[in-house]
This record gives sequence, C-alpha cells and structure tokens, in this order.
Amino acid sequence: MKRFIAILFSAIIVAGGSLRAETDEEVEAHKLVLDLTGAFTNDGFKLRDGHWTGTVKPRERALIAVNLYAGNQYWFSAAANSKAKKIAVELYDETGRALTTDSYNDGERASAGFTPSSSGQYFVSVSLLEGEPTTFCLVYSYK
Amino acid sequence: MMLCLASASIASATEPAPLPPDQLAKAIKTDSLTIPTPGELFAALEKPGKPDWAGQYRTPIPMTYRNRAQIALNLGGLIADGFIAVEAQDSQQVKNIGTDIIKLAKALGVSENVLSRGNSINEFAENSEWDALQEELEATQNEVKSSMQSHRDQDLVILVSVGGWIRGTQVVSASVIKNYDEQSAKVLRQPAVVNFMHSKVNEIGEELRNEPLVKDVSAQLAVIEKLTSFQTGKAPTLDEIRKLNEAVTKLMEEIQNKADTK
Repeated sequence: MKRFIAILFSAIIVAGGSLRAETDEEVEAHKLVLDLTGAFTNDGFKLRDGHWTGTVKPRERALIAVNLYAGNQYWFSAAANSKAKKIAVELYDETGRALTTDSYNDGERASAGFTPSSSGQYFVSVSLLEGEPTTFCLVYSYK
Repeated sequence: MMLCLASASIASATEPAPLPPDQLAKAIKTDSLTIPTPGELFAALEKPGKPDWAGQYRTPIPMTYRNRAQIALNLGGLIADGFIAVEAQDSQQVKNIGTDIIKLAKALGVSENVLSRGNSINEFAENSEWDALQEELEATQNEVKSSMQSHRDQDLVILVSVGGWIRGTQVVSASVIKNYDEQSAKVLRQPAVVNFMHSKVNEIGEELRNEPLVKDVSAQLAVIEKLTSFQTGKAPTLDEIRKLNEAVTKLMEEIQNKADTK
C-alpha cells in the first residue's frame, strides 16, 4: 500500500535519463503492474523501487538490460494499458540465448520467473502479441 | 487486487530463437533497473548463510566534504552502509547512518521530501521494521537522484550509484574472503554493471569529469571491470576475490579521504 501511495505521488519520474512528467498511460500501466506484483510480495519477494515505461508495437519487442545475482530468485512483471490484448515477458542470457522461465500470462499482464545460476547481465524482453501499439511498464521483484 | 499464482496459468515457456548481437547492443540500459541495488547483492550473499554483517561496519565518514562529486560518491556509499545495518538488524546503526545520509543530502541541497525520509528511517528503526527500512533506503536513494535531476545535477546521479556499488562490493568481497564458498563467490561476477557505470561516468560534463577524484574513479572502474570479468558459471578463486577487494577498498578510501583539489 505504501508503495502504491508513493506511485500516486510520483507524477514526476526519471525516464530515459531525463526528468519528465509521466503520461496518464504510463501511470495506468505502472498501477496495473504493481497490482500484479502484489502476489510476489506476499510470497516474500521484495519489489525493486524502480521501473521502466515504454511503448511497444505488434510483433516488436522492447529489450531492457538487467544484472542479476546467482542464487537470488527474480520475477519480472510487465503490464500494458487496455490497447494491448496480450503481452509476453521473456528472458535472455548475455549471449542472447532464450532462457526457460516460469511464466504467468493474463492478457495485458505477464511475468517471467527465473533463478540464475550465474551472476551477470541478462535481457528482459517485453513483446506485444495481440493488440494495438501500447504503453507498458516493467518492474522486478527478488528474494 | 489479489492475484493467486497457484490458480494462474503457470507453465514453462518455449525457447525462442537467440537474439542477434546488434539487438542486444541496442537494449535499454537505465540506472533504475540495470544497476542492482545493494539490497539485491546482500540478499544473494545471504543464501548460503547469514554473514557477519556487523563485522563489515566502518568508522563514521567525514560530513565536511565540499566537493559535490565527492559528496555524491560518499552518499552512495552511506546508503550501502544503511543496507548493511538493516541486514544486521541494528536499530542504532541504522539511525546513525540515516542521520549521516540526510546531512550529506542537505549538503547537496536536495528537496525537503528527502529530508523527511530521515524521520521515517528513525521511526522504522525504532520499531525494527526491517523490510520497510530496506524499502525506505531504496526510496531515499531514488528521491535523492530525482532531486539531483530537478536541480540540474544530473551528472551526480551516476556517482551515487557508483559509490553504492563500490561500497557494496567491498563489503561482499571482504565477507567472501572471510568465509569462502563458491556460491557466495559467484555473486561478484558483474562486468556489465561496471561497464555501464564506467560509460555513464565518461558521459558526464567535462568540468566534473576532469575533477581529480572523478578521473581516478573512471580509471579505476576500467581496472575493476576486468577484475569482475570471471568466467560464466565458474566461481572466482579466493585469490581473484582478494584482488577485487584490494581494488575496491583502495577506491573507497580515495572516495572517502581524497582532499578537495578543485
């Protein structure tokens, strides 16, 4: 709840290295993804206080670099606004090889769970499988 | 909204084709997701067994810095110290560090929002609310960065992240040296993080980039990147970790003690 209130107050965000106001669509996507991560928080995962908002078109992917630690468990979650019908979250290692993950898909919301055995750089892919170009928000949880 | 994962459609995803290198090179890299927090690093270190966090405390650092780059770097280090105190579940240490964080933040002229975080940190520490404290430290760090950006101190943001990462790596490498095991040692493989921070430091404004401390940090990050480039999936040796610890300790001492030569 505390985190949700923080979101409401953070109408100003750091995005792409510059300070700008979040659009309504970004705020909506952020709210939706925080709803999704509640389940992970209840399971002992900590939600990282950082997020990425962007846009994605049909049959395109947005790729975000993250650095993970061996031994930790991670869930990467994304939500898009109502223009999206179905999105997917996938994970790739530093060579671009797709990783097998646990996955959760529910239309415009999706998550991928992964426990790395090697520390280092990984890539999170958010793609739009069905629907119109949309704004999405990506966050991650760890424990 | 409550989501019950047990009833959700959980399945193993099928493997798509490998991504081409040019696509990987264009991936979005952002301070808010690409650089891990000290909390993530410490969570991984705790998996094989709880380290002696209190044994990693350091003596209080000066609060009299005048150089803004040096303040930003030390602020990052102090926030990492805050995470250590939370892991140690040491209320008094959390409060002491919280006070120092606010003092350094004030020296940078950050917003009132940040300053009010000090009260929250004290309150959570009094009540031993460790999860809330960790969230509050992360939020404080992000608020400091947002405030820097709104005060046109954008270039200082990466220095806060660098300071936090260096201090976190110093503590974790020292802890692994004390009680070596392969699983713990593996967390220290982070060449891409160092590469990203180094590239961001090289992008900052010329005046700040030419300050002696920032030049030293940039040069040392190049060395540290090599020292964290362990083979994928293989644990670094004790000797490799000692070398990394020596490098980050030397840099942390410089960040803490370098006289203002501006």
